[in-house]
Amino acid sequence: MKVLKFLIEKEFKQMFRNPLIANLIVFFPTMVLLVFPWTITFEVNNIRVDVVDHGKGSYARRLTDKVEASPYFILNDTPPDYETAMQAMERGEIDMIVEIPHTFDRDIVKQQSSRVGLAVNSVNGSVGLLGSNYMIQIVNDLSKELANELLHKTSHAKIQALPSLPRLTIEQRYRFNPQMDYKLFMIPGFFVIILTILCGILPALNIVLEKENGTIHQINVTPVQKAWFILAKLIPYWTIGLIAFIIAISVAYLIYGLWPAGSIFTVLFSGIVFIISVSGMGIIISNYSETLQQAAFLVIFFILIIILLSGMFTPISSMPVWAQAIASINPFTYLTSTLRMVYLNGSSLADVSTNLLMLALFSLLLNGWAVLSYKKRG
Amino acid sequence: MGSVIEVKELTKRFGNFTAVDRISFDVKEGEIFGFLGANGAGKTTAIQMLCGISKPSGGTGRVAGYDINKESERIKRNIGYMSQRFSLYEDLRVWENIRLFGGIYGLPEKMIAEKTNELLERLDFESERNTMVKSLPLGWKQKLAFSVAIFHEPKIVFLDEPTGGVDPAMRRQFWEMIYDAAERGITVFVTTHYMDEAEYCDRVSIMVDGRIDALDTPKELRRIHNAASMDEVFTRLARQAKRVE
Amino acid sequence: MKQFIAFVNKEFRHIFRDRRTMLIILGIPVVQILLFGFAINTEVKDLHVALYAPSPNSFINGVTERLYQSEYFTYRAELDDPIKMEESMRKGKLDMMVLFDSKGEAVQLIINSSDPNRGSIAATYATAIIAGYQQELAGMRKMPFQIEVENRMIYNPEMKSAYMFVPGIMGLVLMLICTMMTSVSIVREKERGTMEVLLASPLKQGTMVFAKTVPYLAISLVNFASILLLSYYVLKVPIQGSLWTLTLISILYIFLSLAFGLLISTLMRNQINAVIISAILVMLPGLLLSGMIFPIENMPQILQWLSHIVPARWYIDIVRKVMIQGLGWAVIWRETTILVGMSLLLVGSSILNIKSRLE
Repeated sequence: MKVLKFLIEKEFKQMFRNPLIANLIVFFPTMVLLVFPWTITFEVNNIRVDVVDHGKGSYARRLTDKVEASPYFILNDTPPDYETAMQAMERGEIDMIVEIPHTFDRDIVKQQSSRVGLAVNSVNGSVGLLGSNYMIQIVNDLSKELANELLHKTSHAKIQALPSLPRLTIEQRYRFNPQMDYKLFMIPGFFVIILTILCGILPALNIVLEKENGTIHQINVTPVQKAWFILAKLIPYWTIGLIAFIIAISVAYLIYGLWPAGSIFTVLFSGIVFIISVSGMGIIISNYSETLQQAAFLVIFFILIIILLSGMFTPISSMPVWAQAIASINPFTYLTSTLRMVYLNGSSLADVSTNLLMLALFSLLLNGWAVLSYKKRG
Repeated sequence: MGSVIEVKELTKRFGNFTAVDRISFDVKEGEIFGFLGANGAGKTTAIQMLCGISKPSGGTGRVAGYDINKESERIKRNIGYMSQRFSLYEDLRVWENIRLFGGIYGLPEKMIAEKTNELLERLDFESERNTMVKSLPLGWKQKLAFSVAIFHEPKIVFLDEPTGGVDPAMRRQFWEMIYDAAERGITVFVTTHYMDEAEYCDRVSIMVDGRIDALDTPKELRRIHNAASMDEVFTRLARQAKRVE
Repeated sequence: MKQFIAFVNKEFRHIFRDRRTMLIILGIPVVQILLFGFAINTEVKDLHVALYAPSPNSFINGVTERLYQSEYFTYRAELDDPIKMEESMRKGKLDMMVLFDSKGEAVQLIINSSDPNRGSIAATYATAIIAGYQQELAGMRKMPFQIEVENRMIYNPEMKSAYMFVPGIMGLVLMLICTMMTSVSIVREKERGTMEVLLASPLKQGTMVFAKTVPYLAISLVNFASILLLSYYVLKVPIQGSLWTLTLISILYIFLSLAFGLLISTLMRNQINAVIISAILVMLPGLLLSGMIFPIENMPQILQWLSHIVPARWYIDIVRKVMIQGLGWAVIWRETTILVGMSLLLVGSSILNIKSRLE
């Protein structure tokens, strides 16, 4: 037990002699939270449109005006023909082309119907789909407006009485994130990314570096116990993880005004349990690696997988069964959902207890493995 | 005088390759035992088995009275080790390295402080107390590493090519330290490929292709092989080696 | 030249000896493609919904039935009063409550919008289902007036998400691997002091550095090929444009990434810092500021500007244009020029750095 003091002292000294690490703890969480939450949005707006108006009639003009007025669209240009517009699309200047036929106005007056051509760049499928839905809505709106006007004008036309519907008012209320701010949903996720990168990568590089420098040999011939040695390696990472976590929580509060709706202690507690388990993972990788480069690639490989299979960016429920199985043995999944619940839903400690239990299980398992996989004797 | 190292039929295999092939020998308390062999002869592997950081594939042995197969952690309490690759922490200061290893061997805080002062004084090293180890010259690093290896007064110290790459003057100083330690009753087990150093040993063994081909005092070995120097003895034996590195 | 080949040979042996690292490096793109192709999906489904009606009638039963049948919703019949629902929602297990008033005239949709995307989709679907049922009861009304929309999805008619992410993976993986490999391997030489020796002779300096990058170029080309093959044969993403253009641009991008690794290695003192800096500078921006998953156009203006300094953004843009849209040099020259400029800048500044350090 006394030996632990000496070992921890050593690890802290070594860690803080690297000025990068001290800077990392402060600047990394700050920068990540400042920049990246803004990058994630499922809202689609600013769709750039060219309208090719062959008819140039007044009804066609109204459609163009409607596009221009819409918050979803930006009217880029009104080129004379489809080819010009297509070239603009190829250059990446626009996302959508609306083509109004030259018979548009005449058709509407005569037949009370017409058609509009729509060409959407659908490389990004979901943006393409949303964009065309918005455009269809605009066309339908115009269609209703014109219907009202024309039907009123042509007084002889029979105005159909609308059949009465069962009266039912629908009221929508949004809970937990009423402004529908996607950033607030993502920020707890970024906490997890910050902790994973700091407390996953750094320990993964630690033991393997002692291997490369040959110092591990010197330790292995001493009577030091495995568990103390590994524990002494872990404690500094737990400390920097906790500091970084507190900084991240503060930054989220100061910049985005985000503070847990539930208890801050639940947040801190679950964060600590996660930090412990992810540092354990780092040490395991380090134990199995022979060179620093190997450890670095191994840990990046795992981090990419656990971030993508955690429900952080995409819902777990839409994954296939095998991916859901991986997600369910991923500590990342449990902390992401816990933090989101406590932050936004105001869940209590009891509400997230299953998640916490899983995290605790992981930290026991991973740290136990970290100690066992460290071989003092080859 | 009793034996502090007794080894019988010690073997280490890596797959099909037999690095150490059934070696047997004894090392007596307080002696300086030279463990010679060409590169790749299996010296380092043998030392690692004796120190408890490599598991033997066969054979038995006792180091400092403990079984090398079963009691490796107990052995580690009673030995010191310094390897051919320099192995103090480069990013720790001189005193921090001493303090760390003192602590690991369970020396009390106060004693570590006292012994550190004493050690630095003896080495005439006080001005370097706060120097980062990485900025020390190689010879000094090795002297320091040796001092750290015997800081806890072990029964045996294992030195794996301790003087590799340093100049002759420094090597002589280093051997003075080894004699000093031996006088204090520490058994020294040393590998080297400087044959002049072999002459300083009480007894010498020579490993060829994983086996011990010769073991005696330098004087006897020269007599048996009818050679003028240990260098000649070694060259004759090593020439028989079939293993290519 | 002979010397150069010898050096390249040495580097190759050095790298291929470490089988495990090779395996990981070649495995990363394969796993990424498979994950994105088969596991990751932004589609929202399996929305959990519960319904409360103090005085049920046939209309309410009809609504319940339709919610129950919808493929988007999982109907949670066991949550039959608001208190249970509240609790379940707080635990994150319920997405929406449908609460009818006692007269059956008004309905409240209470939606868990902690995930706004999920929340708005739940609201839209539920509203549509209820409104649709009302319409159905009223009998279909004939629209008296119609403007039809003829909708064409160009470039990706089936709207596969693979069209979007395959170029993204190429941008992320190639850069991550090249940058990390060069930065770490050169810093390691520096740590051991061998770099100084090699750099001291000014004639060989360029050759030496170049030789170091050749094996990584080769490995990256293997990765490039495996991504293309997997996406073509497994994900069925066609290659519309010229394969040569694509390859040429990719070599340029790989070169740029290697130069970036070189610059990092001239700035960093040890391997740990090189790993951390290259991972941080490549991974998150490559994932989020490159347009790989989330379109750049929807980001705030300042981030759109910031994304201009992310090389992956330009590369991904080019790959989409060439590979998916089948376009040629006429529309990618601007992006290509930017990548060339970036490479020159990186190579130039790392050479300046090395020189100033040696002087």
